Amino acid sequence: MTPQEIAKNLSQSFPDTNFVEGAKLPVTNVTSGEPSIVVPAGKLKEILKVLKTDTRFSFDCLSSLTAVDRKESFEIVYHLFSYKQKHSVTIKVSLPRDENAHVETVEDLWATANWLEREVYDLFGIKFDGHSDLRRIMLPDDWVGHPLRKDYNEAEDYHGISTTRPSLIQ
Amino acid sequence: MSEIRTEEMLLNMGPQHPSTHGVIRFVVKTDGEVMSGAMPDVGYLHRSIEKIGEKATYNGFMPWTDRVDYLAAMNCNVAYAMAVEKLAGIEITKRAEYLRVIAMELNRIISHLLAVGSLGMDVGAYTPFVHGLREREKVNDLIEELCGQRLTYNYARIGGVIFDMTPNWDKKVLAFLDQFAPLLDEFNRLLSDNKILRGRLGGIGVISKDDAINYNLVGPNLRGSGVKWDLRKEMPYSVYPELDFNIPVGTGEAGKLGDCFDRYIVRVREMEESAKILRQCFKKIPKEGEALVKVPKKIRPPAGEVYIRTESTRGDLGVYLVSDGSDKPYRLKFRCGSFTAMSIVEKISPGMMVADLIAFIASLDVVAPEIDR
Repeated sequence: MTPQEIAKNLSQSFPDTNFVEGAKLPVTNVTSGEPSIVVPAGKLKEILKVLKTDTRFSFDCLSSLTAVDRKESFEIVYHLFSYKQKHSVTIKVSLPRDENAHVETVEDLWATANWLEREVYDLFGIKFDGHSDLRRIMLPDDWVGHPLRKDYNEAEDYHGISTTRPSLIQ
Repeated sequence: MSEIRTEEMLLNMGPQHPSTHGVIRFVVKTDGEVMSGAMPDVGYLHRSIEKIGEKATYNGFMPWTDRVDYLAAMNCNVAYAMAVEKLAGIEITKRAEYLRVIAMELNRIISHLLAVGSLGMDVGAYTPFVHGLREREKVNDLIEELCGQRLTYNYARIGGVIFDMTPNWDKKVLAFLDQFAPLLDEFNRLLSDNKILRGRLGGIGVISKDDAINYNLVGPNLRGSGVKWDLRKEMPYSVYPELDFNIPVGTGEAGKLGDCFDRYIVRVREMEESAKILRQCFKKIPKEGEALVKVPKKIRPPAGEVYIRTESTRGDLGVYLVSDGSDKPYRLKFRCGSFTAMSIVEKISPGMMVADLIAFIASLDVVAPEIDR
């Protein structure tokens, strides 16, 4: 199925849900590249569950899970893929951009989400409710800040080790 | 006489340990030889490549992709170039596509040689590893002639590849392939048919089909569990639809389906397939065509996003690229096979012997920089 067909079938499964304000079909087509389906954060888990279990979709594989800092909001991006149907879809959810940004975990649907969500937590500081082991994965536990945020400023030193060096020229 | 007291021991394996294939740490809970679990601790090689991507221009980021997976730099180069090309709508010539495939398949052979060789070394067979390194050197020489580099190739460009092949380079590669086939036979006799190796790997670290998909294992690790899936065949890109090759899968011949031996033997057989692909490429490559098409110096893809998946040597390499219309990526994400392969260790390790953990990690063929990026 194409993303458009998936979106159509999805809106039939969730007739009462307003996916995006003003849009009947929940597909956003960007100027170039691939379209994606934007879903409301409250319904995310339910929709992903249907996408995994419904035999029309059967998305048995979470190919990638990541986040994008859109400056006014955080966007979590789920790339789903189905080995049975050989189709893929991009699901997005938008979160208010603050210190308490959080979204439900999908670890129980796809086991691979455990580490992918830890990575997003580490580098973006977005919390995943219900995650079994939400710790930093790449950076040390006492690191300050989340580097992939657009407003991240690197600390001058880490435990007395300078993060800058004088210019080699001069 | 009082009873002998036993207790669980917490053992720290790594980060500097010869068999962890790079800087990875495992916290092993063990009672004697049998583990009750191994917890991987990664991140020692985190260089924040994705953040660097947001600061470098589209062309300027290309050398960084080498550092994502230094054993399969060609594949990383091409995956990144493909993502930018798709977003910016750049068409490359057929000759450039073939040059890319040739480079990628040569890279696949030497990456797998190191993977199976070091697996042998980890379980105690030193000689085949040296044989693998000897063959690897020959290919390194060939690739050096092609692009001037022996490890971090920086060969692909947005719009093609930087150099066309040198005169008679194709004959040198074919000569290498001719002498490589009997050596692979010898390698099989030395290692693959070795009773000790089969005993060490057979039935160890069994990953079921469902677990493999649930943990999103990719590439040879997925095929070792019996899933016949290769992006080059199932969702073909570049010129792969024109090439004829098989997808080796694990059959459980040394024990159970999805054990360490299956993952090992899939890699050995993939080397044969890569050799087959290379021979066809040299027959089919068009004589005409630019290696690098003309693209603007400053590439500014229109705002949008793209998710590209390619079959790297360690499996499905995903590149997620978001553009805001400027000359630098807005967000760049590499989804790597080693990362997901590492996450399954915690699930499979309970009940395993410590020595088998070494074989298990080696059979997953993880590369530490690719986990951490």
